Amino acid sequence: MSGPSTYEPKTGIEKWLDTRLPIIRFGADLMDFPTPKNLNYWWTFGGILAVCLVIQIVTGIVLAMHYVANTQMAFASVERIMRDVDFGWLIRNIHANGASMFFLAVYVHMFRGMYYGSYKNPREVIWILGVVIYFLMMATAFMGYVLPWGQMSFHGSAVITNLIGAIPLVGEPVKTYLMGGPAIGDATLNRFFSLHYLLPFVIAGIVVLHIWALHVPGNNNPTGVSVKDVKKDTVPFHPYYTVKDGFAIIVFLILFALFVFYFPNALGHADNSIEANPLQTPAHIVPEWYLLPFYAILRAITFDVGPIPAKLLGVIAMFGAILILFVLPWLDTSKVRSMRYRPFARSIFVVFVFAAIGLGFCGANDPDKLVFKTQADQLALTYNNTNGQPQREVFDDYAAASAKMRSLPPTAGAAIEVQSTGFKWLWLSQILGAYYFLYFLVLLPLLGVIEKPKARPASIADSVRKKHSPAPAAAVAAE
Amino acid sequence: MRIAKLALAGLAALAAGAIALPSLAQEHGAPAAGGEAEHAASGGEHHLLEPKGGWPHEDYFGTFDQNQLQRGFKVYSEVCSACHGMKLLSFRNLGEQGGPFFDARYPNPNDNPVVKQIAATFVNQIPTVDPDSGDMVKMPAKTSDRILGPYANDVAARVLNGGALPPDLSIITKARHGGAGYVYSLLLGYNAPPAGLTVAAGQHYNAYFGGDTAASWVGDPRLKPPGGFLAMAWPLENANVTFDDGIPTTKEQMAHDVAVFLAWAGDPKAVARKQMGAAVIPFLILLSLLVFLSYKALWRNVEH
Amino acid sequence: MSEHGSKTAPAAGVHAGETRRDFIHIAAATVAAGGVAAVAWPFIQQLAPAADTRALSSAEVDVSKVPLGSEIRVLIGGQPFFIRHRTPAEIASAKAGDTAQLRDPATDDSRLVKGMDGNLNPAILVTSGTCTHLGCVPVGPAQGSVGEFGGWYCPCHGSHYDTSGRIRKGPAPKNLAIPKYEYSSPSMIKISL
Repeated sequence: MSGPSTYEPKTGIEKWLDTRLPIIRFGADLMDFPTPKNLNYWWTFGGILAVCLVIQIVTGIVLAMHYVANTQMAFASVERIMRDVDFGWLIRNIHANGASMFFLAVYVHMFRGMYYGSYKNPREVIWILGVVIYFLMMATAFMGYVLPWGQMSFHGSAVITNLIGAIPLVGEPVKTYLMGGPAIGDATLNRFFSLHYLLPFVIAGIVVLHIWALHVPGNNNPTGVSVKDVKKDTVPFHPYYTVKDGFAIIVFLILFALFVFYFPNALGHADNSIEANPLQTPAHIVPEWYLLPFYAILRAITFDVGPIPAKLLGVIAMFGAILILFVLPWLDTSKVRSMRYRPFARSIFVVFVFAAIGLGFCGANDPDKLVFKTQADQLALTYNNTNGQPQREVFDDYAAASAKMRSLPPTAGAAIEVQSTGFKWLWLSQILGAYYFLYFLVLLPLLGVIEKPKARPASIADSVRKKHSPAPAAAVAAE
Repeated sequence: MRIAKLALAGLAALAAGAIALPSLAQEHGAPAAGGEAEHAASGGEHHLLEPKGGWPHEDYFGTFDQNQLQRGFKVYSEVCSACHGMKLLSFRNLGEQGGPFFDARYPNPNDNPVVKQIAATFVNQIPTVDPDSGDMVKMPAKTSDRILGPYANDVAARVLNGGALPPDLSIITKARHGGAGYVYSLLLGYNAPPAGLTVAAGQHYNAYFGGDTAASWVGDPRLKPPGGFLAMAWPLENANVTFDDGIPTTKEQMAHDVAVFLAWAGDPKAVARKQMGAAVIPFLILLSLLVFLSYKALWRNVEH
Repeated sequence: MSEHGSKTAPAAGVHAGETRRDFIHIAAATVAAGGVAAVAWPFIQQLAPAADTRALSSAEVDVSKVPLGSEIRVLIGGQPFFIRHRTPAEIASAKAGDTAQLRDPATDDSRLVKGMDGNLNPAILVTSGTCTHLGCVPVGPAQGSVGEFGGWYCPCHGSHYDTSGRIRKGPAPKNLAIPKYEYSSPSMIKISL
C-alpha cells in the first residue's frame, strides 16, 4: 500500500535536503511502512537474506584482496588466506559457509511464498524478481565454487559446461565462449572471478526492485487476507519489525556461527581440498548441496524421447525445473491465497517440500546405487551360449556359480558379478522429479478449481482478535 | 506464533543435524550416509582405526599437544619427506602459535632458532638461482621457504615412483574422508593380502585405501576385501624414529603422532577458530536474549 | 504469550513500564553495537601485512662478499638497501665530515653498528637506498657516479650524499636512513625492516 509520505522534515538541514534529494524522506517512509501486525517468523527471512547478501559481499571483497585468479596460484592463494592472512581463515569460512546459509534462507523464503500465496495477484512481479534473484544466486555460487580450483571446482564446472554443450545449435559456441577455450582453464577462471565479483551487485540491484515492488501492494500475511484498515491491521515497520527481524537474524547467526567455528567443512567436500588435476576425475562428482535437487532431476532422465537424446532431455528438465517457477503465479488457479485455508493443497505442498529435500539426497548419491536392498546380494553369471546369445544366471552360492562357470567353454566369455537387488536412487529421483513437475503443472491448477477452502477471516484484525479471544461469534462466511 | 517459532527452531536444528551429522560421522570414520554399497566402492569400508584416547583435537574444545606435534614432525621429516612435500607450509609456520616449535620468546617465528635450524638442516633443499653463476643450485632452506619435497616437479616425481605421484601432505587430512583417522588407519592398514587377492608388482594392498579390489580378487565377489592398492610401500616398516621426549617408538606411536601433526598442518588455525567460537556463540545467545526481551516489550501493547 | 485484552495500562504504571522498556532497548542496542564493533576488527586487521610478508621483512647479507670501494644492493620487502665496503680514504673523508656544517647533523660513528666483538667496523656502512627527498634510488660507486662528496648522487633532483650517507648538497632534507641491523657473525649481518 504505497500511499502518500507522512514524513515531516523538522530541522533546517532536513528541509534543505528534502527539497534537493529526499533521501531522509525515503528512509523514513521505509521505516514507517505499514506492515500487517500478524506476520509470523517465516516473514523474517527477507531481512535475513538481506544480511546474508551484505555478509557475502563484504567478505568477498576482502577475500578478493588476497585471492589470485590463476590456475597455478589459485589453490595456494586460498591456503595462504587460511594460514598467513590475519583472520583470513575466519573470513574465508564465513564466505564459504555464508553461501550455504544464503541458500538455506532463500529456500525457506521461497517455501514461505509458495505456502502463503505471496506470488499471487497482485504480487506476481515480486515473485518473478525473486526467481531472477534465485537464478543469479545459483550462477554466482556455481562460479564461486570454481575459484578455489580444487578437484570438485574443476570437474564440477567441466560437467556443467559440458551440459551446456548438449543444447542443439547454440550449445557448442556458447560453451566455448563460456570457457574461453577448449576446456576449463585460465581463461575460464579469470572470467568466472570477474563475473562472480559482478553478479552480487546485480543481485543487490534486483533486490532493490524486489523491495520496491513489495512496497506497492504491501506485505502479504499468514491469513492471505488483504489489509482493510491501516490503523487496525498494521503497525509501522520500525520499530516493530526491525526489532523482530533483528532477533531472527541473531538466531540465524547462531546457526551460522556453529558452522563457521565448529563444522566449517561439513557442507563441503573433501575432494575440493585436493588441487585440481584435469587428468584425474574424482570418484563421485557432486555440486554443493543447494544445487543437488536440480542435479538429481538432470540425472533422472536416462531415456530418449523420440529424436531428443536423454542428455539433452536432462538439461531441459533441469532448466525447466527452475524456469517453471517463473510461471507459478499463473499455474495456481486458486482464488484463496494462504494454504492455511486450503487443507488439501497444504498436504500436497508438504509432500512437495519433502520431495524437494528428497531430490537433494538423490543428487548426492550415485543413481545406480541402491537406496535400500530388498534382499541379500546375489551372484550373476554372464556368458554367451552356443548360439552366441548373452545369458544371465543368478546364483546364491558362489561354489555353484563357479562350478557352472568352469563347465563353460572359454569361448563363452563367462564372468561372475555381484547382483544387488533393491530400490535404486535413480528410481527415487524419477518419482520425486515427476512429483515436482506434477505439483506445478497438474496439482496446483486442478486444486484451485476443485478444492473447497476453509472460511477465511474477514480481516487481519479480526483473525488476531479471534486468536486471543475465541468468542463464539458467528464465523464470517467464506468470501 | 509460538508454535511457528518452535517449528522454525526445530526445522533449523533438523536441517543442521541432517546436513552436519553424516559428514561429521565421516570425519570420525563411521560409514557415510550414502548406502554402504557406494562407500565400499570408494574404499575403506569398515570403521577406521582409532588410537587409544581417540582424536581429542577434533573435539569442540580440542587442542594439540606440542610434544606430539614435535614427534609427528620428526616422523614426517625422517620418513615421509623422502617422497612427500608440504609445499603450502613454510618452515616458519612450525614456529607460530599453536605449532610444534612455538616459543613465546620469539613471537616472529622467523627468528626462532629451532625453526631456523630445522630449515637449514632439512633434507630437501630449495632450488635457487646461484648469484655467482646464474645456474639453479640447491641451497639450505631459510625459515621463510616452503617445505618442499625431493622432486624438481611432478613429472620427476612420477618417473621416480613408477608413475604414481606422492601427494603433497599440506592439507591431506582435509582432503580425505576421516582426516587424521584415515592417515592413521592407512599407515597401519598394510595387512597381508588375503588368499585369492593378486597384488600387481609395484603395488601394495591396504585395507583402508580407496579403490576396488574386485578385479584382482578370485572368489565370491560379494566377499571381496575392503580397501585398494597403492604404489606406496609400508613407510613405517623399517622406520625407527627416536623421539626426543623418550616416548617409546612403536609403529602405532609413529602413525599416531604423524597423523596428529598432519591434522595440525592441515588446519593450523583450528584451535584459534574454536576458541573464537566459544566467545562468539555465547555472545550471540546473550544478544538474542536481550533483543528478544526488547521485542517482547515493544509488542506488549499490540494485539498480534 | 497470549494477550488477553491487555490493551489498557494504568496511567501510573505506564511511566514505570516505559522506563523499563527503554532500558531493555538501550541494553540490546548497546550490546548489538559492541558486537558490530567486534566483527569490524578482523576485517580491518586482515589489511595488515600477512605472516608471509612479515617473514620476508628481514634478510641476511654476507658482508665479506662486498668488493672494496664498492657496494652491494639488496631489496627487502621491496625496499632497497646499500651495503658499502669503504676504502680507508672514504672512511677518513667520513670522519672529516663530522665537523662540517651538516643539514642533518650526525657523526659517522653514530651511523655504524657494533660487531659481535663490541667494536665498530667502519669499513662496512649499511644505509637505506631511498633518497630522503622524494624516494628515488641514488647512484653509487657501482654506477660510476658518487657525487661531489664521494658517497652517492641522486640523479632525480641532484642530492649529494657523502661517504657516510649524510646529505651535503641538494634538496634532500635528511641523511640516508640507517636500518635496523646486527652482526650475527663477523661476516654476516641481518637487516630488518
